[in-house]
Amino acid sequence: MGKPIKIRAKVKGDVAEVKALMPHDMESGLRRDAETGELVAAHYITDVVAEHNGEVVMTAYWGPAVSKNPYVSFSFKGAVAGDTIRIQWQDNKGDSSVTEAVLK
Amino acid sequence: MTVHRRSVLKYVLALGAIAAWPRVLLAARPDAAFASEDADKAIADLFGQSPVDSDQVMMKIPDIAENGAVVPVTVTTKLENVESISVVVDNNPTPLAASFNMSPKSVPSVSVRIKMGQSSRVRALVKADGNLYSTSKEVKVTIGGCGG
Repeated sequence: MGKPIKIRAKVKGDVAEVKALMPHDMESGLRRDAETGELVAAHYITDVVAEHNGEVVMTAYWGPAVSKNPYVSFSFKGAVAGDTIRIQWQDNKGDSSVTEAVLK
Repeated sequence: MTVHRRSVLKYVLALGAIAAWPRVLLAARPDAAFASEDADKAIADLFGQSPVDSDQVMMKIPDIAENGAVVPVTVTTKLENVESISVVVDNNPTPLAASFNMSPKSVPSVSVRIKMGQSSRVRALVKADGNLYSTSKEVKVTIGGCGG
């Protein structure tokens, strides 16, 4: 089970701006461990899904070039304070995390 | 260790949510494009077309990235009916960094932080109304962010 996602979602007019921070090592598989010299296995988020009131509003596919502890921001229309936003991610090792937040 | 009912509930809910993960999305991940070591091939693989440079696509990214491990990028566009926004770092080992798929409710604007292994041209690609548009910028990297 991956770590929870930190979500900040604000509504201005009818547009919601969502900022999410996802704790994750996002190892590219190209980095060598400083002590052992061994390559650290690739371990990165591959899929992200964002839902607004149960409806998918954004999906993302990522490669290992997304930075560690990914920060992502996106926006969508038709939002009202009090609505629910849900974000989930899955990584290349099958780990996942899902977090819900309320639009403010 | 005391297991709080609250945390048990949270895990059960989360498991239920993962079971509901839209399977069609997992099947749709363009793995070949992400694995491609050539930027133009990755784009061809992902879109099946070449991008046309457009001033309707705007990318905010630093001219000089002090830390190649964390380079903030924001892509916005004035185009309508946007289907996706993608970021390609030409000189990265695997150039396709991220691809965001929009929905009818989306405002076509995304921000993300990416790794750059070395100075490189960075391209933002927007698919809108079946056409592919792009903008690019040369970004200098002081300390490479791919590791090693």
